[in-house]
Amino acid sequence: MQLPDATTLTTSGLAASGSGGRILLIACGAIAREVLAVTEANGWDHIDLTCLPAILHNHPERIAPAIEQAVTKHRNQYAQIFVLYADCGTGGKLFDLCKKLGVEMLKGPHCYSFFEGNAVFEDRSKDEFTAFYLTDFLVRQFDAFVWKPLGLDRHPGLRDTYFANYEKLVYQAQSQDDDLDRKAKDCAARLGLKYERRFTGYGDLERELIDWIS
Amino acid sequence: MADQEDDIILSELDDEALALQMHDDLYDGLKDEIEEGVNILLGRGWEPYDVLTKALVAGMTIVGIDFRDGILFVPEVLLAANAMKGGMAILKPLLAETGAPSVGTMVIGTVKGDIHDIGKNLVAMMMEGAGFDIHDLGINNSVDAYIDALKEHNADLLGMSALLTTTMPYMKVVIDTLVENGIRDNYIVMVGGAPLNEEFGKAIGADAYCRDAAVAVETAKEFMERKHNQMAAG
Repeated sequence: MQLPDATTLTTSGLAASGSGGRILLIACGAIAREVLAVTEANGWDHIDLTCLPAILHNHPERIAPAIEQAVTKHRNQYAQIFVLYADCGTGGKLFDLCKKLGVEMLKGPHCYSFFEGNAVFEDRSKDEFTAFYLTDFLVRQFDAFVWKPLGLDRHPGLRDTYFANYEKLVYQAQSQDDDLDRKAKDCAARLGLKYERRFTGYGDLERELIDWIS
Repeated sequence: MADQEDDIILSELDDEALALQMHDDLYDGLKDEIEEGVNILLGRGWEPYDVLTKALVAGMTIVGIDFRDGILFVPEVLLAANAMKGGMAILKPLLAETGAPSVGTMVIGTVKGDIHDIGKNLVAMMMEGAGFDIHDLGINNSVDAYIDALKEHNADLLGMSALLTTTMPYMKVVIDTLVENGIRDNYIVMVGGAPLNEEFGKAIGADAYCRDAAVAVETAKEFMERKHNQMAAG
């Protein structure tokens, strides 16, 4: 499967291919590349993937209604549907919805947590709550998800209003990519934060997918 | 709103026009103009309290309404707040001198593990503008920090804020501790933050969930009025 570019995943997402797969994964566009990597690595050709626009990350109140619409739209065409979102700032609303719809969703508060591994992230967060996290996707789309929505392109003087309480930017790397590392370092500099790269791979995303599908 | 800004000389406007212009300047986040406007009104003999309420708070209320309605967004609200802060810095010492009566005393802060203070800062500023004494504990507050401050300042209200679903349960820890210590009823507990809602506020035993700064001010005023009425009834 060929994924659209990061900008398209941000604004439009990805339509299901309808290629006859029996299982549908409804994912956030921000993890499309990683989900596809796991499905391809495991040779799951009975899986279809659709993604909601990743920019919903910035509007968590819109996530549960969008998931409900997507599940309702597709449920007659697939034997099983899985929702590849964690809570993602919905305050439990997505959990309640998935329970009502009878579909599984990812465990954990957000992608920073499941990429690192929920247990590890929870343990670490007690001492690391002054960290600002970016994933591979968010490094690629830093301007669309952070810089512009916070108005820093128009009002750079607001930077410290947002970030003065943060100490470091942690780039949770899903892949080994020197370009992304350089870009993430630049993001940290733009935010006035110390920089740390931490390789996570796919973490609990991969483990949960294998539990569900295998 | 700022199209004709370059042509306007604030000192040439009459009082009413200047107050309205200051609403526009707040909306546009023009800190220097707000500070100038405040000084002009004070120079014309306005009471600091009137400058605060009629020029600044009234202007910020419009900002709050347009934010709620999706016309303004967070960056613009922050710029407006920054402009208001500039005006309040001039007024604060004058208000203290004139001995304006306090509407109530509030201890406010973000909960343990949470460093997101933008919403909390807006609430603190608007509460201050509405005449409350504010003791802002800043970020990452433990239950002990809240309780010590409530006692030290003989507070009426406790405001707790959280942005993360992982930190908001700590509000219940604080409220439960107030209950355990037998002092829960001494305080009006208000909670807020993006992932919270009415239901959560009720579930943890808060007196009120406030979705934004304007609601927080109105809610606090209502509770204080009730408290005074109860005390008067004896």
